[in-house]
Amino acid sequence: MSLILTRNTPHADDVYQRLIDAHEGKTKAESDAFNARLILILMNHIGDETVIAEALAAAEI
Amino acid sequence: MTAQTKIFETPLYPYARHPDQDATTPARHTAVVVGAGPVGLALAIDLAQMGVEVLVIDDNDKVSFGSRAICFAKRPLEILDRLGCGVEMVDKGVVWNLGKVFFDDRQVYEFNLLPEKGHKFPAFINLQQYYFEDYLVARARELQAEGAPISLRGKNKLTAIDQQSDHVMLEIDTPEGPYRLRADWLIACDGAGSPVRRMLGLDFVGEVFQDNFLIADVVMEADFPTERWFWFDPPFNRGQSALLHKQPDNVWRIDFQIGWDIDREKELDPANIDKRLKAMLGEDIQYELEWSSIYTFQCRRMEKFHDGRVIFAGDSAHQVSPFGARGANSGLQDTDNLAWKLKLIQDGTAPESLLDSYDAERIHGAKENILNSTRSTDFITPKSETSRIFRDAVLDLSERHDFARPFVNSGRLSVPCIYDGSPLNTPDALPEGPARARPGAPCPDLPLADGFLLERLGGRTAPRFQLLAIGVDVPADLAVPGLDLEVIALAPDATPALTERYLGEAQTALYLIRPDQHVAARWPGFDRAQVETALARALGKEA
Repeated sequence: MSLILTRNTPHADDVYQRLIDAHEGKTKAESDAFNARLILILMNHIGDETVIAEALAAAEI
Repeated sequence: MTAQTKIFETPLYPYARHPDQDATTPARHTAVVVGAGPVGLALAIDLAQMGVEVLVIDDNDKVSFGSRAICFAKRPLEILDRLGCGVEMVDKGVVWNLGKVFFDDRQVYEFNLLPEKGHKFPAFINLQQYYFEDYLVARARELQAEGAPISLRGKNKLTAIDQQSDHVMLEIDTPEGPYRLRADWLIACDGAGSPVRRMLGLDFVGEVFQDNFLIADVVMEADFPTERWFWFDPPFNRGQSALLHKQPDNVWRIDFQIGWDIDREKELDPANIDKRLKAMLGEDIQYELEWSSIYTFQCRRMEKFHDGRVIFAGDSAHQVSPFGARGANSGLQDTDNLAWKLKLIQDGTAPESLLDSYDAERIHGAKENILNSTRSTDFITPKSETSRIFRDAVLDLSERHDFARPFVNSGRLSVPCIYDGSPLNTPDALPEGPARARPGAPCPDLPLADGFLLERLGGRTAPRFQLLAIGVDVPADLAVPGLDLEVIALAPDATPALTERYLGEAQTALYLIRPDQHVAARWPGFDRAQVETALARALGKEA
């Protein structure tokens, strides 16, 4: 398995809106904490260290 | 005055004039150990048990002041058992398995070390360093009474060394003035600030952590359970961490992280400590403050652990943060690794280059400890705002979800070091055997009909190698000149633990075991040439 960097979410707008909505009404500190929890949850879901390393590299734009 | 205060106030090896001080030519000793702490004493006992003449010098004459190292792991206890004083430590110590982690004002999770059954020693005991040293001194005295070549000289302070080709010249100061000695080997067990290392001008490189910790050891009748409690950012110590851990005699170790910019004198004022303790444990607590101290730490090591005939062991060679109990525990693994090698070199059975494997194996151990300890420190004291945000996210999630708990790092507790890649190992010829007993690993313990396996393994009165033959016939005439080689034969079905810990998927196995109970090689059956080659390799005679 390797990191997917092509289109993988059928409803891009919906998924994106979920992310933005989740931050609605949060202070900067709350949002930062939320993002950190989200990253940790997704990282654990992925599990594969190679994929995580690829994602970390891809995030370095 | 409590009993334990007396232990560290009574001179255990008081200064006494020795004829060496009046010798016209400096007396020569085989091994001189500098520092009568846990590491120096353990090394001296190991050497003396095998008949290597050893003198321990220390600028003090008492055991450690205050509890200092308190947490001793299973592997060091197994090493101490080989030295004849492991059981006493466990009998006195406090055995614990449960740890709780608190974040802010609540418990987020707890862990159980869940020790595997069928081992002589528990995963951990808590024992004050002064007791630990006291038992070691008692063991040294016992050996002395039996005629073993071990001696201790208190108030003997090493002031200068001069390395010669086949010995080291020492200058020692005493209350009655200086004298000189020669040592075939000088082993510096003189702590993180090692004067010997300074005298040789050797580097000690690593990371400095800008943080202070206030330790308070208090005697109190408290009904807290025997558990390790660790707090991240508690209300009583905002933005910092704290630790509560039980020791024998109702002594409790309490550790407050207090930050970098502090007023030491004010922090150590008993009134300030009282305020902190009451905020943490309640206004009503009754206690007696036994010892307090402020410490800072660094994670660093020497580039090489020996320089000619001067060898470094314990904190003098490598220093870690206290999280994970990897200081004294790794120092004892140093001595375990070193003693038999020195004995074989001294006897001429092994080449002097065997000492290079001490560096290779124990630097491997030090790197592992420094890595773990640095990571714990970075989790406990995040270095950036983002790092703190992730740390707090892990703690919040750990309360609700199991997946986050392995990320919580309040110290990765000391586990035995496996010498993967050691030059003394023979490549694994039993890959279907359990990984935990692969070449380089310390032998896993297991119960036998009459005691435990580890009681029969390793060197005690000699640097003995052993062949553990499980369903394998080994000829009786197998012998190596100058070496004590013993065969221990066990039936493959002797106990289920033997199958699980030594056979795995294999039907039979032959293990070559070093004097320090580490596996040097393993095969499915006996082949004389293979055993001889592996043995030569384990002696540093590269085959």
